[in-house]
Amino acid sequence: MIQWRITVFLLSLLPLAAMIWGAFHGNLGANPVEALSHESGSWALRFLLVTLAITPLRRLTGWRRLGLLRRMLGLFSFFYACLHFLVWLWLDQEFAWGSMLADIAMRPYVTVGFLSFLILTILALTSNMFSMRRLGLRWKGLHRLVYAAALLAILHFIWLVKVDLMQPLIYLGIFVLLMLLRLPRNVVMRKPRRIVKKQVVT
Amino acid sequence: MGLYRYGRIKPSEITDRQVWLKRRQLIKAGMAAGAGLLLGGMNGQAVAALAGPGKNRKISLAGESTYGSDLVPTEYEHITTYNNFYELGYGKEAPAENAAALKTRPWSIKVSGECARPGVMDIEDILKLDQEERIYRFRCVEAWAMVVPWAGFPLGAFLKRFQPTSKAKYVEFETLYDPQHLPGQKRTVLDWPYREGLRIDEAIHPLAFMATGLYGEVLPGQNGAPLRLVVPWKYGFKNIKSIVSIRFVEKQPVNSWQATAANEYGFYANVNPDVPHPRWSQKRHRVLGKGVFGSKEDTLLFNGYAQEVAGLYSGMDLRKYF
Ligand code: HEM
Repeated sequence: MIQWRITVFLLSLLPLAAMIWGAFHGNLGANPVEALSHESGSWALRFLLVTLAITPLRRLTGWRRLGLLRRMLGLFSFFYACLHFLVWLWLDQEFAWGSMLADIAMRPYVTVGFLSFLILTILALTSNMFSMRRLGLRWKGLHRLVYAAALLAILHFIWLVKVDLMQPLIYLGIFVLLMLLRLPRNVVMRKPRRIVKKQVVT
Repeated sequence: MGLYRYGRIKPSEITDRQVWLKRRQLIKAGMAAGAGLLLGGMNGQAVAALAGPGKNRKISLAGESTYGSDLVPTEYEHITTYNNFYELGYGKEAPAENAAALKTRPWSIKVSGECARPGVMDIEDILKLDQEERIYRFRCVEAWAMVVPWAGFPLGAFLKRFQPTSKAKYVEFETLYDPQHLPGQKRTVLDWPYREGLRIDEAIHPLAFMATGLYGEVLPGQNGAPLRLVVPWKYGFKNIKSIVSIRFVEKQPVNSWQATAANEYGFYANVNPDVPHPRWSQKRHRVLGKGVFGSKEDTLLFNGYAQEVAGLYSGMDLRKYF
């Protein structure tokens, strides 16, 4: 498993490498700041969805060790979100605090992006063993906020697009699919099972 | 080849070059012209500032214009690879990739409506009109900007050929509608064809311009070939591309973006740092091609052309008529 984790760790750094390489080779086009913002934001969302895919994948494949990758992938989502936030803070807004606060308060797409980022921050800070032990049962409840973080990030994307909603809607579709894959055990399959049981009993 | 005047005349190339050299001397004052050329050889930006890349036919300029000789043009490569032209695709690079889908020959522009001499003008005849160069600032509503050395002619003089009547209060422009070829028109992201409009006094203002080229060469498809509008004191979306129709009308036209989201995009769309867009504050903008750090600058009222155009809007509430 350790080789697996190292491989996934290194693969997860590739987007960062591409961004750094692009920035230093002038490969990011006419508007490199926008390119960095789009790349980091997209990867934050992709890692978040991959993280959410682990549980259903584990269930489908029966490969329980997949769960060991989940925290790392979640932290990579947070890592790219931090990068995305930093690009905005530094390269886009140039630390103009007044205009940043105004953006967060007045531009809905920034508001929801910021909320998503806040949630990811809280989840990252409490992703360690110490917090898990201290929070006990509440930990699970708190980390269910990851669904809200993903949905807010997708809403962020939908609201920032001018006309072509194709990309954010694809992400939304993936998110909905991942949510549906969580349903079967609790909702869809329970009823037929009970009926079968009853028939056997009577 | 023989069809195009600018394709035949060779001496014009020399004039073109001299114009550029002079400008570069102004820009890089103190730098010897020879050194500038040497530098140009090593650095793409400087080469592009001397002339276009030679990809397209040259346009012969009738005379040197003084517009914007103090501005440093954005690199040709950036001007032609970062475009909003949804007819050719929705991403910034898509229009350059799909430019071949736009067939610019044969091409004619229909001028109609409230005018004494309506007519259809072929692009070849339009290209025979005197062309001049103007270096203008360009500011997109999405808070990015560039400096473009356009080639073309003043819109006012062109419109007057068709003798607009007193009923001609506005001018409406339309882009080519050709969903069979233009990939972006296959989906209704906008109500095609793209439409724009100007008040008649805006249209005949000396700064209002019809562009046939940039960097001394005919426009590439992604920049709105073969003919596009340039109104430098307004947001980029007013600068309608690949025009096929011009109509003089009495009532204020509804432009495409206004039809899509009237609370976000108005008819006037004058560059104004004090009137925020719901998505972009408009106080500052990023200049294309200036790298990652320090590429932002303050946005000026009417994009820096207030002295010339503010009079058009005296007494108007620019927050209401945004
Ligand atoms: C701190 C809060 C955040 C701010 C201020 C912020 C700001 C921005 C900005 C300015 C853009 C570019 C908008 C444009 O091009 O017009 C953007 C795009 C984007 N952001 Fe965020 N964002 C935040 C949080 C997040 C988070 C947490 C995620 C994902 C988990 C995210 C995902 C995205 C995505 C996917 C895009 C679109 C990329 C594309 O167009 O290809 N953002 N964000």
